Amino acid sequence: MGEERKGTASTQTVTRGKQPATGAKKERGILIPPAWQTLLLPVLAVFTGLVIGAIVIVITDAAVVATYRNFFRAPGTALAATWHTIATAYGALLYGSLGNPREVYEGMRLYLSTGDNTLFLRAIWPITESLVAATPYIFGGLAVALGFRCGLFNIGAEGQLGIGALAAAWVGYSITNLPALIHLPLALLAGALGGAIWAAIPGYLKAKTGAHEVVNTIMMNWISFRLSDWLLNGPMKAPGYRPITPNIEPTAALPRFFPPPIRFHAGFFLALIVAGIVYWFLFKTTLGFEIRTVGANPDAARYAGMSITRSIMLAMVLSGALAGLAGTSQVLGVDHWVGQGFTAGYGFDSIALALLGKSHPFGVVLASLLFGTLRSGATRMQSLAGIPIDIISIIQGLVIVFIAAPAIIRWLYRIRVERAEEVVLTRGWGK
Amino acid sequence: MPLVLELRGITKAFPGVLANDHIDLTLEEGEIHALLGENGAGKSTLMNILYGLYQPDEGQIFLRPRNRSAIPASAASRDGLVEVKIHSPNDAIAQGIGMVHQHFMLVPPLTVAENVMLGLESTRGGIFLDQRAAAQRIREISQQYGLEVDPDAYVRDLPVGVQQRVEIIKLLYREADILILDEPTAVLTPQEVDRLFSTIKNLVKQGKSIIFITHKLREVMEIADRITVLRNGRVVGTTTPAQTTPAELAAMMVGRQVDLVVHKESLTPGEVVLEVKDLQVLDDRQHLAVNGVSFEVREREILGIAGVQGNGQTELVEALTGLRPVIAGEIRILGTPVTNANPRQILEKGVAHVPEDRQRDGLVLSRPVHDNLVLCTYYLPPFAKGINIQEDTIIATASRLVEEFDVRTPSVFVPASTLSGGNQQKVIVAREFSRPVKLIIAAQPTRGLDVGSIEYIHQRILQKRSEGTAVLLVSPELDEIIALSDRIAVMYRGRIMDIVPAKGVNREYLGLLMAGVEASEAAKVAPPTIGVEEVERVF
Repeated sequence: MGEERKGTASTQTVTRGKQPATGAKKERGILIPPAWQTLLLPVLAVFTGLVIGAIVIVITDAAVVATYRNFFRAPGTALAATWHTIATAYGALLYGSLGNPREVYEGMRLYLSTGDNTLFLRAIWPITESLVAATPYIFGGLAVALGFRCGLFNIGAEGQLGIGALAAAWVGYSITNLPALIHLPLALLAGALGGAIWAAIPGYLKAKTGAHEVVNTIMMNWISFRLSDWLLNGPMKAPGYRPITPNIEPTAALPRFFPPPIRFHAGFFLALIVAGIVYWFLFKTTLGFEIRTVGANPDAARYAGMSITRSIMLAMVLSGALAGLAGTSQVLGVDHWVGQGFTAGYGFDSIALALLGKSHPFGVVLASLLFGTLRSGATRMQSLAGIPIDIISIIQGLVIVFIAAPAIIRWLYRIRVERAEEVVLTRGWGK
Repeated sequence: MPLVLELRGITKAFPGVLANDHIDLTLEEGEIHALLGENGAGKSTLMNILYGLYQPDEGQIFLRPRNRSAIPASAASRDGLVEVKIHSPNDAIAQGIGMVHQHFMLVPPLTVAENVMLGLESTRGGIFLDQRAAAQRIREISQQYGLEVDPDAYVRDLPVGVQQRVEIIKLLYREADILILDEPTAVLTPQEVDRLFSTIKNLVKQGKSIIFITHKLREVMEIADRITVLRNGRVVGTTTPAQTTPAELAAMMVGRQVDLVVHKESLTPGEVVLEVKDLQVLDDRQHLAVNGVSFEVREREILGIAGVQGNGQTELVEALTGLRPVIAGEIRILGTPVTNANPRQILEKGVAHVPEDRQRDGLVLSRPVHDNLVLCTYYLPPFAKGINIQEDTIIATASRLVEEFDVRTPSVFVPASTLSGGNQQKVIVAREFSRPVKLIIAAQPTRGLDVGSIEYIHQRILQKRSEGTAVLLVSPELDEIIALSDRIAVMYRGRIMDIVPAKGVNREYLGLLMAGVEASEAAKVAPPTIGVEEVERVF
């Protein structure tokens, strides 16, 4: 300490790590630098989610549970059955989401030698489906993450997403005879604008009156659901009896790269580009600086002369635009029409993604790829292993719990917190 | 006098810091023992160990048992003391040790009686609160120790000094014999301080023992029976007021000779920079907090605003910096009206603001030091081109400022939260003083800082004054105001009672104004100025 203490008294810094209340002399656990913890904790959260998911799979499987009745007589049978069930389930999940590398290789070889691509396309289908599922997640996750950065909890991504999808669909089917070069950007813009407008209303109320955005975005969700019901049964209804919009013009569709049934479309690359733009905006521009400052400490932002109203409005509108793009990418890239229940919880999942991605654009992309993979693999898991698709919802839910409560993960894996922070033992009032 | 408490070899390490290093301390019955030291010297850690919030790594605590016959024969006993382990504040209270924290632990919407009985409720029939019994007991305690308080009053309605009395009553209600008072004068008016001191003297007269934690030399000299000085977690020495001088205590505290007197160049004030006329400002509860205030501050001049906290100083500063609306009156900076201008317009007029609450307003603690150093200028060239932040320029400038203003930080990339209080304040001073400024508004710029940082910040303020900047200094520390200012305005209930030259000012006169005595009345009792008085720096 002598070395560190040289200089004047002003160098004294009494910063302390958290101490166990019992005063153990040595803290137990592994010390991991904070930078690595931000990466490690989500990975461990996902891992733990999968482990608990496996337990759920096992105990809901009557056949496996039956083997445990004879556990003491034949423990090997029980353990083998357990292992078999888990391996089948997660094997199917992996196969269903990423495909089989050997099949990809074989398909590639066949294609290169004979020009026959059927095998190759079949082999890459699972992974393209995962990317297709990840695309709206990226946009949605970015939307919520941008809000979080400004201290705003945009629960309204669901509604903004639906409005954006309807706006994009409307531009997509109602305008005809436009070149794709104009029609597609126009449809994208309409989708972003739809979401932006839907978010601007609670944004304005928050900025001007202080009305809480959580309440107002939830309300806006309900309005959007009923509005889309009406639109799909009235003004925007396609001929026929189903409450759906007409198909969009091919000129408004996001281009696809492979023949059907592969649905992989340009929206994925657009999402990656937008993630890059959001990163640049948040971390490299003065507007992003303001938004992050308002989010981290609004008092200091005001003190420094920033306009909190402007930052909130801007963050909310951009968040809405991104949520709108989530719906838009799905309409223009995958479905080509909008029907009832279109949003399907994408907006709510986005909250989870923003949390899992630590509100960082690149983190959101990684989280979206993971969730997209889980989602698309789950379908295959259901058909191959007979495991209900809902198990994925359970795993996703667990991951979110562990992300939201990192203390559980730290405790589980004995990771020590070494944040330099002043110990606040007493927090009173009356200053 | 017999001992009531002995700490022997108390050692407590936190990662990277030895907060307490083999500390020995004794406390006699009926003694006021002052624990003196800078922030971070280990006073609070030691007391938190005694209060059961921390466990010591090494060392023993010996206490006089509450019930003498209960001394087990086998217990390590010395001078009638037995060794105890204190595992929690509940343990401490059971052993007769009570603590009044710097920030009070009261529930504002409850009455005094309810607060006092909280956690120790007297009941009738097991479920009904017996408030009457509690109130009766509180009245008895008030009477016995001269702690006037109405048991049925709501805590939220009580002035800070009375709230502190409630805290003390809480301890007496729990029959504490050893009372730890953590910086008890920090929030009090001079009158309330006198009142507290007489209470403390009353308590020790009736056999209570007091540990008085402070960093103020004046108070120690006035009230303590014995003084123990801590530095860097070690006991530097124990002495009595009769055997020492403030200068000696300061040297013990800091570890080097400290210049207790601020040396100030005499300068002729120039043009008027800040002009305030009949200003009226509301506080958060829509009450008139600033009520018709007028003053001006000139180039090369420091105007000090003295006054007990909560007399409208905060609202005044907020109004001047655009953070709070002005309902009447006028503010001009260099002749331009800036009444109700927004904070950025005022900043761009060349106003630097060192805010009162540095962690709430002055810094974004979660963000790196370099971002905090450009918090007010990030949008201007060279830090931004259009909307593009020029990160390299920011980092280069930040590194230079950290060097120039002696901010002790491992790098400019660490979050501001990892810096010590003094270094956090230096970040703010570096940011504000490095801009081209005409006016500095500094609110409590040295609150809670160590001596090195205080000296440094005083010196920077005086340097800015020499460069021609006008300075408005707001501080509840009268010594700081007298030491730095050219003129002193005293604020009481939103009004300025008088503005007097600082040279040779009479402290007593200022004290009367701070208590709300009109200037004409006060002057009859004490002349505004007397001979030149040596002014001690405060810690």
